[in-house]
Amino acid sequence: MSRKRISFAVALALLALFPFAGATFYTELVTKVMILAIFAMSLDLLVGYTGLVSFGHAAFFGIGAYTLGLVAPKYDAANLWLTLPAAMLAAGLAALVVGIFVVRAKGIYFIMVTLAFAQMFYFVFHDTKFGGGSDGISMNFKPVASIGGFTPFDLASATHLYYFVFAAMLLVFVFLRVLLRSAFGRALQGIRSNEHRMRSLGFPVYLYKLASFTLAGALAGLAGYLSAMQFGFVNPEIISWHESGNVLLMLILGGLGSLYGGVIGAFAFVALQELYQSVTTHWQLLLGATIILLVMFLPGGLASIGGLFKRTLVGDADDE
Amino acid sequence: MSDAVLRTQGLSRRFGGLMAASNVAIELQRGKLHALLGPNGAGKTTLINLLSGELRASSGSISYKGDDITRCSADRRSRIGIGRSYQKTNIFPAFTAFENCRLAAQSRTPRVLHIFADAIGYQPVCDAARRALEAAGLDGRAGQIASALSHGEQRQLEIAMVLATAPDVLLLDEPLAGMGAEEVGRMVALLQKLTPGHAILLVEHDMDAVFAVADVITVMVDGQVLESGPPAQIRSSAAVRQAYLGDGVDA
Repeated sequence: MSRKRISFAVALALLALFPFAGATFYTELVTKVMILAIFAMSLDLLVGYTGLVSFGHAAFFGIGAYTLGLVAPKYDAANLWLTLPAAMLAAGLAALVVGIFVVRAKGIYFIMVTLAFAQMFYFVFHDTKFGGGSDGISMNFKPVASIGGFTPFDLASATHLYYFVFAAMLLVFVFLRVLLRSAFGRALQGIRSNEHRMRSLGFPVYLYKLASFTLAGALAGLAGYLSAMQFGFVNPEIISWHESGNVLLMLILGGLGSLYGGVIGAFAFVALQELYQSVTTHWQLLLGATIILLVMFLPGGLASIGGLFKRTLVGDADDE
Repeated sequence: MSDAVLRTQGLSRRFGGLMAASNVAIELQRGKLHALLGPNGAGKTTLINLLSGELRASSGSISYKGDDITRCSADRRSRIGIGRSYQKTNIFPAFTAFENCRLAAQSRTPRVLHIFADAIGYQPVCDAARRALEAAGLDGRAGQIASALSHGEQRQLEIAMVLATAPDVLLLDEPLAGMGAEEVGRMVALLQKLTPGHAILLVEHDMDAVFAVADVITVMVDGQVLESGPPAQIRSSAAVRQAYLGDGVDA
């Protein structure tokens, strides 16, 4: 446990100091990764803690991103404190509506209907003029964080943006961690473990799942918003099923049901991507092979490496 | 008959061409233990599933404390006081025994909006969980991961989880299955202790136990009620003897 804490503190310190290491390129890259980490953690709430394997989570990431694109004025900067909650609200609302339909489905059917809904969103943005069609929307200004004339930080600065995203990632991590210890969070984990028994104990399982789906959607919307802010650009590809698949892969890579597994997975995924891209144009082949090997030999994901040696002592405590 | 807590009328369930439960009329009263006997496939578990809401009735009705609950969902039935245990252990294997019961107790006070409070810190629910573990004889095993408990202990946990929901009606599906002699003795004592405050339906194959604790016995065969009455009546019934107990039994 203490070793876990130490590696945790070291990782935090490294991330906190990273922008001082130099190159803006890497600061921006790690910013991107931390946004993906938020996205992956939001999916972990569904897959790792509620037992809902969503294959359409990019839809809510996309809605968060598009919210900024759509509400941002053309010749002026949007206000962060208004547009960020609006993006989360929009994504959460979309997740609530989609959830009403999909949360009843189980297993493979749930996977397929979430995919189908995400594809519907994809084509709405791709084939209508509503969000700029396949060209998407470019934003000329980054949102400003001004509160009554006072601007505590400047999101146009790569370093400031980095720390803002870093803080958002920590906040999401702590929030989910606390949530998962609450009565609500424990009930979600009960549903993941044994949905049938939860129902027979008197839990309205459908409503719990719907709440989880909505919350995960809102948090994915936050990630989408941050991403749109970082790149100043949204297009339908961020909603495509590739993105839903990628975030699922990050989670599997890092490890389900531990929250930080999503963070590790996001870093590993992008690192591998960058590494292989620098070696070959067929990088996806290498990435695929790596993921297959990892799933075969490390089914608990990268987050389980530390516990690998302890497992024999603890027994099958976390087996189901 | 105002003291009937749970009552069915003409309750039937059809699976294709099979009548798994056919025109069943049964009544559970507070303070009475009602045992359900019958050979395998007689429809005992089907009846429990119908009462707990996990199966919908094809026809007939179920009333609970005067309200028609035939169309109520399983989770709602649990919340209004109908608790059930399972023949095949149905627990949260990765959680501790305590957490299994704590979750069960939590269903009575869900506190879903207290998202910033650790549920472990909410004493009323934790106390209910501890009491349930104690009642089922598991108080020394609270911290044990459920999947690491012995089979008998898992059966006790199964009961403890139902008790933690503080039900008025207990539907117990073979609670003694797979228990050792000592555990059976303890469970029989527990059933006797629970009977005054509950309406209990007990499905059980252990004849000695059934005749020791039952106030009323209903015998089912092929989805139908063959005979229902006090133990002495069932014991001396020629029909029951022929259909179920066999000729050589001197219970």
